[in-house]
Amino acid sequence: MIAGGHSLLPMMKLRLANPELLVDINDLEHLGYIREQDGQVRIGALTRHYELLESELLGRHFPVFADAERVIADPVVRNRGTIGGSLAQADAAEDLSAVCSALRAEVVIAGSGGERVVSMEDFHVGPYTTAIQDAELLIEIRIPVRAGAGSAHEKVERRAGDWAIVAVSGALWLNGGTIADAGLALSAVGPTTIHATRAEDHLRGKAPSEELFAEAGAIAAEDCRPTADGRGPVDYKRHLAGELTRRALRRATERARGQEG
Amino acid sequence: MQVTISINGEPIIREIEPALLLVHFIRDTPGLTGTHWGCDTSNCGACVVQMDGLPVKSCTVLAAMAEGHEIRTVESLEVDGVLDPVQQGFHEEHGLQCGFCTPGMLMTARALLDANPNPSEEEIRTAISGAICRCTGYSNIVRAIRWAAEHESAAAPRS
Repeated sequence: MIAGGHSLLPMMKLRLANPELLVDINDLEHLGYIREQDGQVRIGALTRHYELLESELLGRHFPVFADAERVIADPVVRNRGTIGGSLAQADAAEDLSAVCSALRAEVVIAGSGGERVVSMEDFHVGPYTTAIQDAELLIEIRIPVRAGAGSAHEKVERRAGDWAIVAVSGALWLNGGTIADAGLALSAVGPTTIHATRAEDHLRGKAPSEELFAEAGAIAAEDCRPTADGRGPVDYKRHLAGELTRRALRRATERARGQEG
Repeated sequence: MQVTISINGEPIIREIEPALLLVHFIRDTPGLTGTHWGCDTSNCGACVVQMDGLPVKSCTVLAAMAEGHEIRTVESLEVDGVLDPVQQGFHEEHGLQCGFCTPGMLMTARALLDANPNPSEEEIRTAISGAICRCTGYSNIVRAIRWAAEHESAAAPRS
């Protein structure tokens, strides 16, 4: 299955992927949309990165998307790449998987037997492996719209447009003065996108504060599983995981408060 | 497989291998070697052409995927001996040295100005951030695109 092709074609050139047959789905234009329906924002799998970046609807509900899109590859690549392709590629260093995980998104997978809805938690099975089976297609991403939301994406990269050294997507939902719910997901610090569930638990029910964010950052840094590579040693990545978690939560809180007021 | 791809308004019909990249399809067409094949990893931007008006990296699009779409290459910029303002801008502001990145830069700049006729320096730098110039003439390239923007707004609107 080929959509934007900006992950698959490079893998084919490197002989990491050797498909006998490619099905070009770019003509399925009805899968390119961003709309609000039934208390959710629904995004068609074939929606391109530049459309996510420019979407007023996403900007209003989930500014984390624009944060991430500004630092995904470059504008020309973003003209082709799609959200469905990004999620289905399931590269642990990819940004949108973290964004969708933090926002508690669900994905719709279609096959000849009908459609099924899978949470992001169950969607990521392993490195480059998802819940999509043979003869199935990821068609839609659904994100619940809830009151008091704020979200932000923080990424450190070696140079503009590169994969993350570490990236963190943070979302929280404020109710009065407390955090009713929180979503935290980290890119490039494990075999798949890391859902920082223990840090999320720590945030829930408490009032947002610098101390709380630092504690959540420390937990996320402890729970992620980075490996040393050309992008840096393990301790540096853990440091980034903690610091970026703090920054993402800080900015998400500011945005949630702006929305409440 | 047989494909029909419209390049600069002219339908090109050819029998191809399914794995053929768009950049090679274009360059294998007589008279259309202006599009450059650079890094082959969608990093350098030398191969940028417009597909339905949007700049894309033609090393990372299969020719078969361009069937039914309108491709525009650097050769389309000059019309009847008159340079496009972005070409003239690169000339006036010395926007190239070796020239390898130039076709991609020009097509990226053309698409930017079509969408945003009066871009700031920052908007220009963002737009060309997917194109690499190893002569490091970015300052001149930015000035060249600004030159084009200023001279286009002064002239009659382009059709």
